[in-house]
Amino acid sequence: MTKAIEAHGLTKRFGKTQALAGIDLEVDEGRVLGVLGPNGAGKTTAVRILATLLKPDSGTALVSGRDVVHQAKEVRRTIGLTGQYASVDEDLTGVQNLVMIGQLLDLSTKQAKVRADELLAEFDLTDAGRRLTKTYSGGMRRRLDLAASLIGRPDVVFLDEPTTGLDPAKRDDVWGMIRMLVKQGTTVLLTTQYLEEADALANEITVIDHGKVIAHDTPQGLKRQLGGQTLDVRAASPADLPHIRELLVSVGTREPEQPSPDQLSVPVRDDGALTTVVAALAQEKISVAELSLRLPSLDEVFYSLTGKTVSEEGAA
Amino acid sequence: MIRDSLILAKRTVTKMFRNPEQFVDVTVQPIIMTVIFVFIFGGAIAGSTGKYVEFALPGIIVQTIMFTSLTIGVNLNTDIQKGVFDRFRSLPIARSAPLFGAVLGDIVRHSIAITVTLVFGAIIGFEFVTPWWHVALAIVLIIGFAVSLCWVSVLIGMLARSSGAVQGISFLIVFPLTFGSSTFVPASTLPTWLQGWVSINPVTHVIESMRGLLTGNTGVVGDTLTGQVLWVIASCVALVAIFFPLATWAYRRKI
Repeated sequence: MTKAIEAHGLTKRFGKTQALAGIDLEVDEGRVLGVLGPNGAGKTTAVRILATLLKPDSGTALVSGRDVVHQAKEVRRTIGLTGQYASVDEDLTGVQNLVMIGQLLDLSTKQAKVRADELLAEFDLTDAGRRLTKTYSGGMRRRLDLAASLIGRPDVVFLDEPTTGLDPAKRDDVWGMIRMLVKQGTTVLLTTQYLEEADALANEITVIDHGKVIAHDTPQGLKRQLGGQTLDVRAASPADLPHIRELLVSVGTREPEQPSPDQLSVPVRDDGALTTVVAALAQEKISVAELSLRLPSLDEVFYSLTGKTVSEEGAA
Repeated sequence: MIRDSLILAKRTVTKMFRNPEQFVDVTVQPIIMTVIFVFIFGGAIAGSTGKYVEFALPGIIVQTIMFTSLTIGVNLNTDIQKGVFDRFRSLPIARSAPLFGAVLGDIVRHSIAITVTLVFGAIIGFEFVTPWWHVALAIVLIIGFAVSLCWVSVLIGMLARSSGAVQGISFLIVFPLTFGSSTFVPASTLPTWLQGWVSINPVTHVIESMRGLLTGNTGVVGDTLTGQVLWVIASCVALVAIFFPLATWAYRRKI
């Protein structure tokens, strides 16, 4: 399979900050790579280099087989970029934004209008198309921004934290749109702070921290590495906590943690753990306020991979 | 690259109509300035409003255009802050297209400002006594000066951290240039030390050229009309020679 993105040993320094300390990223054509990491890990810098907005200090990167430094203009013909901050022009309407970008991509005015209408319909913005984008909600802006990056039917799309700051319903909308994009054969590189998001959308996940790759795997592989899912139990009465802890020790892969006074959480190997715990709780007649199985948070991912939490890392 | 610049110039113009502040800058503001200076100060300065409108209108046009030509830095700075430039930069267009688009768009804004001021001036009694091609030359000259001056604003826009700072620095430069000139009063009425500054201030020569071309009266600073116009052309060349390379250097560094 051909590589849509192939980056080796990318480094970038801003003053005293080493934003990238030599990272490798690879994505096969038509696949989705999730780049997972906390704020300041170097995700945005990496995307900006791949999208030709920044030059790396060292290392090479090819997008669609073209060098991002020496063939920047050719690369720009094949990519679409959606930044962390929705970069639509607030003083223009949705239609005007899209038509302008279409024209800049060498479409005729007529073609640009047709394409704009198509995309507005696809992103459920037809009714809002003639309104100034400064009147749009956050979710609408994000959708317009995504639409703007697709005008030229790019082969590779970079999505820099596409759902940060969106409420869950809006996030699901954006996820749906990304899936639609992938179905059309587009290669996607997506950065995110949520393992859940990477797990839902990506074929492979690269975890980065301090400008270095600290893990690369499929979502299944990564979850296996991290000890699968996490079981959260919120006790109805604090008196039951020691009892619940004993139970969790027997199903967990690690010592249970106590994120809040009445709550315990533990990584579990398989989904069966939930049933085991429910049965045991019923047998011992312990009532709980909340019981859930979830993917580990970014903090827990980092704890598993580096032995430190994100905040400890930052302080280090 | 020309097509891309034109598309982006259209964006500047569309945004101007959408943005009340920028629209007011080139429509209502020159009218208000004219009304204030001609009707309030005109009698006191020149003896009658009719006489003063002849004197002040060319200066008001120059002042309006100077302020308008400085918004380019504010606009470019805002575009960079808001990430709009990231979008442009990810497109296969010339890196300079957004810059030239902004300059072209500003020429449209200047033309609107000049038209509004001249038409309003005519309504309140400004008489065009010079040949039409003098008027045309005046318009070309002031737009030429604005386009030369805008590189200062581009440079500030690229170096300053926020668009508010760009605005502040720009005003600091424009105020002494416009008020420390013969915009509103004949230079001969000023104290001697100030006359020294006024006579070397390029804006004075722009105003005197405009006055000569639009009203036929020249020589307040003591040069012929041709001399004044040559002075303006020389200042334009100097502004471009110094600030165009600096501005494009700063722009390339940022873009």
